[in-house]
Order: sequence, then C-alpha cells, then structure tokens
Amino acid sequence: MAKITFITQDNESITLEADSGSVMALAVENGVKGIDGDCGGVCSCATCHVHVNPSQVAQAGEASEIEADMLELSDNANEFSRLCCQIEITQDLDGLELTVAN
Amino acid sequence: MKISDIKDPFVEARQQKGYAQVSDQDDPVTMMLRLKDVRKCAHNAKTFSSEDIPGRIVVPSEVNIRTTRQIPFEVDPPKHKGFRGLLDPWFKRPLEDDYKQKLHSIVDKLVTENLAGNSVEVIKEFSLVLQSRALTLLLNTPFEDSKLWISWGTHVFRSEGDALDGDKAQVLYDYLDEKLDEALANPSDDLFSVLLGAEVDGKKMSKEEAKGVLILTFAGGRDTVINAVSNTIAYLADHPESLQRLRDEPEIRGRAIEEFIRYFSPLTHMGRVVKEDTQVCEHAAKADTRISLCWASANRDETVFENPNEIVLDRKLNPHVGFGFSHHNCLGATHARQILSTLIDVFCEKVSTIDLLDAQDNIEHWDDFDRKVGYENLTVKFNKA
Ligand code: FES
Repeated sequence: MAKITFITQDNESITLEADSGSVMALAVENGVKGIDGDCGGVCSCATCHVHVNPSQVAQAGEASEIEADMLELSDNANEFSRLCCQIEITQDLDGLELTVAN
Repeated sequence: MKISDIKDPFVEARQQKGYAQVSDQDDPVTMMLRLKDVRKCAHNAKTFSSEDIPGRIVVPSEVNIRTTRQIPFEVDPPKHKGFRGLLDPWFKRPLEDDYKQKLHSIVDKLVTENLAGNSVEVIKEFSLVLQSRALTLLLNTPFEDSKLWISWGTHVFRSEGDALDGDKAQVLYDYLDEKLDEALANPSDDLFSVLLGAEVDGKKMSKEEAKGVLILTFAGGRDTVINAVSNTIAYLADHPESLQRLRDEPEIRGRAIEEFIRYFSPLTHMGRVVKEDTQVCEHAAKADTRISLCWASANRDETVFENPNEIVLDRKLNPHVGFGFSHHNCLGATHARQILSTLIDVFCEKVSTIDLLDAQDNIEHWDDFDRKVGYENLTVKFNKA
C-alpha cells in the first residue's frame, strides 16, 4: 500500500491509499478537487496537473517527452509539474505529497 | 482500404512546410499543420485572437450569416474566463449519475428501435436523432423539443448543397429569440433561463450574450457529434473484431473513445485572427490575416503518434487535440464523450455485429486538400446480440 497526499488549491489535505492504478484515477475516484481527468489518462487534457513536493521529485519520476510537451503550455506549470495520470502507483510512491495545480 | 478509413490529406504539406494556404471567400487562411505549432498558436491568445468580427474565426467564415458573437469561444482571455467559469459546471453535468442514466435510456431506446432487422440510414435516422435527443438533456428541456431540431437536418447553417445559408441560420436565430423571450416571461430550470439569470464578472448576462452561448451550443455540437457517432458506427461495422474486443475488455473503452476522436477529428480546424506581424513556420503572418489550427492534421502528426493512420483501440499515450487545446478547448467535450461512451456500452450489450450496406463519403474541400469528415449517407443493419 502506498499513501499519497493531495493538497488542493483550497489548502485541503487528503491522504489516500492504493497499490495499483494511476494517481489520477485514485484522485478522481475520491473526488479530489481540481483533478478532473477528462481524457481518462491518455495525456491529452492536462486536467490532472499536480506539483510534486520539491524534495520528492526523484520519487515521483520524470515526465516523458510527450508529457513535458503538454506541461509546457499548461497554466501554473513549473519544474515540479507532472500530469498525474502518467504516474503509476507502486509501493515506491509511499509518502508522496502532491499539490493540485488548478 | 476499408470503407471506414479516413486518409490524411495533409501529410506532405505537414512534413514539407508545416503550413498550407487556402482561400476562404475573400479572407484567406494559413493552416497550421503540426501538433506542436497548433498547440502553441492555440495557447498564444494574445497574438492569435478569437475575438474579432463575429463569425470571422470560423472557417469557412460566417461573417455573412451572423452578427451575434458566439460565447465563450469568440471572446479572448481574460474576459473569456468569467464566461467559461459560469458554463463549465453546467456542461460537466453529463458526469452526474442521473444524467448518465437518462442518456443511457435515450441511447438504449434508439438502438433497440433499430434492432428490428431492417436497415437504418445512420446519418438522418440515427446520429441526428441521437444528437438532438441528447441535446434535450444538455439544455434541460422537454424531450419533445428534439422533434423540431431533427426537422432542421444535420447542419443548422448549411443547406443540402453544403453552402452556408443565411435563411437557414435565421430559423435557428428566430427559434432562440422566441425561447429566450419565453424564459424571460416564465423562468424555469432550462439553460435558456439559467443563462438569463446569470451574472458574469458582476454583470448580468444580456439576452444577446445568452443567445451567443446558445448558438454555439446548437451549431458547435451538431455535425461534430453526428460525425463522431457515424464514423464510430462505420468503423465498428468494418471491424467486428474491435466491437468484440470492446465487449471483452470494458476497461479499454475510455481509451478507444479518445482514439476515435483523434482519428476521426470531427472538426477539421478552427481559425484565429493574427493581432501583430509575426511568423508561423518561418512564413510571415501579417496582422489582421487569419491562421487556422488544423486539429485533423495535428492528430496525424507522425513525429508524435506511432502508426498515426491506424486506430489503435487501447492507445495509451494519446496527446490528441480532437477537442481543441488550451483556453478554448471544447465546451461540449464532456457531453460528447458521454454520448460515445454510452453508445459503445449499449452496442456491446445489444449488438453482435453491424452490416455495412451502403456508404457515401462526406468530403470537405480546402483548395488542394480533400478531407473525409464523415458520410453523406451511411446505411447499416444492426444485428442482435
Ligand atoms: S487525465 Fe488527461 S492528461 Fe491526465
């Protein structure tokens, strides 16, 4: 089980647990505000944009080129941005903290 | 080649130059053809504006048939944001359970009616009917209203010959005026009343603004949804193994829908007006000329998509722009996705195979480019599961 914490734009903190699937799916299933996942996770809508806690960037992994191209033109993007549909849940993510970008 | 295949007419121009020039009435257009360029231009609302004379950013231009500004898509940021903020929650209602159930029963009934063993002409007897009936949910109006909308045919601005038709557009405008007056006199919980009662950025929405939203809702979601639904049916008829796979693997249905949208690209392109002298693909773009963002070409960009000319049902990475990109991405996307998803669910449950009996392509002509966008007519037979 990996525990993942989402911090929304209203500063609400939600900790959820899962052992598989995408981080976006976990957030959508639990109604995390600001994560819509409109495209279902194929990297086309950017409605799953999060900022990874700066000290945990390595834990979350790097964006692929296609993901980085999407992020380049997203509002509020910075060097900690990820599209969380592209983050697969594994035990390694335990303790990850993500701030919802929108 | 199968009947349902859609070729990519832009491939050479996209690879060689990245843009193409086409004539449109007296206001030519430079089409952007590569995915990255399309995205960048879509995002750069300052240089490539959506706010000009009403109708000018649409290609072919609609300046001769309307003066009402379509909202929010003919409004630039930051003003755009207020309108979009008001409309987004309403247009996301298709995600609610109650809405989904109602849509399911509309689709289920239509498919069941057409399972009787006779052939069905998909464009007029199925897709147009489905689009119009589903629109009653989006607008929150009585189901009976769909009968009138069906009688208007597949395009609210075009007559049979495909030319833009002012008289035809007037039928829609008169209807909207009448409905808005009715809503002013007797407010209800339909979209007409909701818009008239709404405030944007502290200002009450005017009747003209409400009309602008409604014209967009009627015109923007009509032939696009009809093309998406009809193309999906033609594809499933041509590929019985795909229908079987969607039945066996419900978890890939969401990805399949995004792939259909990429491959079909129901809207070929959308224009913008250049605000200052600039360059696109090393080609001068002068202030007050038009460019267009060619979603159809971008969605086949071989530098981004592997096997771009094939439908890969479970394509995992699919950064398509079939619903547009950036601020002005499609307001009706949630509704459109829900229609396709419900349709696939119902087909998987009730239809074993689809026989393709007759098809005549609907081809758009853009100077050197002929693009198939859907069908003039498509006759099939749905076989019971
Ligand atoms: S859910 Fe659409 S890009 Fe992540």
